[in-house]
Amino acid sequence: MKRRSFVQASMALGSLGALSSMVGCASVGRVPEKARVVVVGGGYGGATAAKYVRMLSNYQIDVTLIEPNGEFVSCPISNLVIGGSKTMADITTPYDKLSGKHGVNIVRDYVANVDPAKKTVTLASGPTIRYDKLVMSPGIDLMFNTIEGLKEANASGQILQAWKAGPETLALRRQLESMDDGGVYAITIPEAPYRCPPGPYERASQVAHYFKQHKPKSKVLILDANQDVTSKGPLFKKFWADNYKGILEYMPQHKVMAVDAKTNTLKFDVQNDVKANVLNVLPAMRAGGIAVQSNLANVNARWCGVHYQTFESTQAKDIHVIGDSIMLAPLMPKSGHMANSHGKVTAAAIVAQLSDMPVNPAPFLSNTCYSFVNDKLVVHVASVHQYDDKDKTYKTVPGSGGVSSAPNELEGIYAWNWAQNIWADSLM
Amino acid sequence: MKTTSLRLLAATALMLGVSAAAQAQDKATELHNRATAAMCANCHGTDGRTVEGSAIPSLVGMPKDYMVLQLKAFKDGTRPATVMHQITKGLTDAQINTISSYYAATKR
Repeated sequence: MKRRSFVQASMALGSLGALSSMVGCASVGRVPEKARVVVVGGGYGGATAAKYVRMLSNYQIDVTLIEPNGEFVSCPISNLVIGGSKTMADITTPYDKLSGKHGVNIVRDYVANVDPAKKTVTLASGPTIRYDKLVMSPGIDLMFNTIEGLKEANASGQILQAWKAGPETLALRRQLESMDDGGVYAITIPEAPYRCPPGPYERASQVAHYFKQHKPKSKVLILDANQDVTSKGPLFKKFWADNYKGILEYMPQHKVMAVDAKTNTLKFDVQNDVKANVLNVLPAMRAGGIAVQSNLANVNARWCGVHYQTFESTQAKDIHVIGDSIMLAPLMPKSGHMANSHGKVTAAAIVAQLSDMPVNPAPFLSNTCYSFVNDKLVVHVASVHQYDDKDKTYKTVPGSGGVSSAPNELEGIYAWNWAQNIWADSLM
Repeated sequence: MKTTSLRLLAATALMLGVSAAAQAQDKATELHNRATAAMCANCHGTDGRTVEGSAIPSLVGMPKDYMVLQLKAFKDGTRPATVMHQITKGLTDAQINTISSYYAATKR
């Protein structure tokens, strides 16, 4: 009884929001009366999945999105806030179009529990929502406990990650602004896979650009647990040599084991200690907490295995996992663009499954990732991933994809427009 | 008489069944094509509509023949690009056709 009135109430809410967009739309296939999609996480993956389930079902399937933040803050472009050429307002998009224009019912909360057997999610505030299909897009968890002393140093606000864009993005900018000229900024990178492969190198470039303009005696240290730069390596290294010589230093094979907050020192497994004025430590990452807690992270207890044609979990039926939480197919990066693409393939698969239609036998995904090497010049990496039905995975097409030939201003314009367009495509 | 009407009924039922199946297939194809075309929307905007002032072009309402030619020109390298030559090399001719048909049919 209680459930029924709740479902009716939320259906009414959903259709109210979608009223204007529904005019003139025909229905796709047969949509069951009780179809109901719940999306956990309103980032690039989840917001896109929510919007596209609505759009691709011609607004016939009701969607509830559970997201704790009141606004979307983009990780892509956030390095420019740290470098000082963009502001938090530039990278922030409200969720109101997702609800107002697309009729997504947005619940501002955390998910406390998922029950795959009963097909329910329980919110941190108490209520339980039943679903026919659940989309999990919780992003990443930073494994602070893998580095001794980091959890406390981060909680106190001293050693920041700023890898989840938000308050720490601005806090890191403030640390750089208040650092005296002649100081050292050190960023540490965990072993791949981690969110946004070229991101740390872009950030280091942004900080070096800022120092070059405003604090020329200061230094940037990149301490990388990997053997070499993991993305766009030759492009970054050439630009650093040509433009940030004497400012930026790259050191591979530096795996952080501990931080000493009293002396702002990094301790490595082999190499000597490094002391810096501003420490930016990126620990190892894994699937978002709620995915791990729900036993969906069945690959090395870190990433969620999925059937790539539909992104349905290999662990639980009717739960689809997308974005940075998943165990990726070969050569797929953990990126916002990729998560947006996952969201669309998943939305189409869910609409098909809930409408008794066949799922697309040959979906494909694309990725374009731009990195700013200063405030204007950009390099990209692009790839196309076609689903291979025989091997049940995505494969890059030989000869496709690639990187920029050199940093260039034209792609600086495209990169900013890419950001604006993908924010609109995911959220508006 | 009775046999004829029964036959007629059976034939009608068969036709209805076939056309219902065809209709369902059409709807599935329409859904898959929409989702395929949506792969361009990350950069070119939902349904090919970019944000105001975007240097990345809108695709909405672009003539199909023109779009097929441009995508193939990117693919074979005759039209230079920053990124589209790399993306199009990953697309089949069928996907290029599907994408171009979709945006041509989308109203401005």
